[in-house]
Amino acid sequence: MVMAAFLALIRRDLALAWAGGGVALPVIFLLLVASLFPFAVGPDATLLGATGGGMLWIAALLAALLPVDRLIAPDRDAGVLDQLLLRGFSDEIILLTRLVAHWLSFGPPLMVATVPAAALLKLDGDVVLRLELGLLLGTPGLAALGLLVSALTSSLRGTGALAGLLALPLAIPLLIFGAGSLAPGSGAAIKFLAALSLLLVAIAPIAGGAALRASRE
Amino acid sequence: MTSVDAAVISVSATNLRCLRGGRDLFAPVSFTLRGGESLVLRGPNGAGKSSLIRQVAGLLPAGSGMLDVQARCALSDENLALDEGQTLAEALAFWARMDAAPATAVSDALAQMALTDLRDVPVRMLSTGQRKRAMLARVIASGAMLWLLDEPGNGLDEAALSLLGAAMAAHVTGGGAIIAASHFALPFAFTREIALTPAIEPEPIW
Repeated sequence: MVMAAFLALIRRDLALAWAGGGVALPVIFLLLVASLFPFAVGPDATLLGATGGGMLWIAALLAALLPVDRLIAPDRDAGVLDQLLLRGFSDEIILLTRLVAHWLSFGPPLMVATVPAAALLKLDGDVVLRLELGLLLGTPGLAALGLLVSALTSSLRGTGALAGLLALPLAIPLLIFGAGSLAPGSGAAIKFLAALSLLLVAIAPIAGGAALRASRE
Repeated sequence: MTSVDAAVISVSATNLRCLRGGRDLFAPVSFTLRGGESLVLRGPNGAGKSSLIRQVAGLLPAGSGMLDVQARCALSDENLALDEGQTLAEALAFWARMDAAPATAVSDALAQMALTDLRDVPVRMLSTGQRKRAMLARVIASGAMLWLLDEPGNGLDEAALSLLGAAMAAHVTGGGAIIAASHFALPFAFTREIALTPAIEPEPIW
């Protein structure tokens, strides 16, 4: 019963993300950046191959922040969070379902979109593989970061830009190890990326839950 | 069945206070409530009616004093908590699933609030009064034994008010309990009334 409610909540969050552009927007954003980049730096294949992977990491990072202002605040204002608390969900569990739904709504779509984006940038096959592996390990951390910032700013008004400003400095380590893992023989970077991601996933529901609880009083 | 449920519901508050922003909202309140009973909170705007209801719901901490709630609650306040993009029936069905309510709960609740004709209308198209009725339908469909109604009559016309009164009467007759806050008289005979009075600030010692 509890598990069924948990899954129903994830399904609802996913449906809302799908309807609200939470799935399409990051994908379109990533593809747009990937197609604009060669115009900006020129069509030189070696230059594109050397810088394209890191550029895709930046694009993925920014794409992850696009839906941040819609993750918590609308449900908080509509009283949905109150109703869930009333039914015995804790703030942490609510945020955990959000985290799963948020990652599902942008992580895998972004990984799929990376394939055509990498083709636009003439990336090598093994670089694309390492990029996909890095995104698989790193996007949960990005989702956790976005959710945490979203929970922290949910009680403030007009925080779209503020959320991005708060999240970007915190995302620097993910970016360093994510882009660092693109070079051949960079096993250490990918392990650091996974560790950072795990840490963010572990603390986001707890810290975000504390933020939601404090904002209710 | 109702007698068992009635035994389970119990709300008891002893010298309950509510601190908001370092200020006492109301003088300490004590009451007990069991199944089949109903309580209305009165008081001017800002007296703390909504805060007391949120305390009972567990959404605000009980500042000092004792508050013990042994019942599943359903809350209706100023927030609709229904997804705007969904149809009324779908949005209510989501909460009914969360409450593990029987399959007919939503259509019964819609019928009680005279919303059956609007079941396929998106929530965002509903008028103020219809939204309030939808909110009450959500409370009815939840099957919770303790209803917490914060200004349930706001925005309702005469016909809807009498529907509300009938639903409340049916709930209490069925062994449920109600705590309501309203600034005007609802068409329902509450068994108890509490008037919230402002807390008396303690005199400074010097």
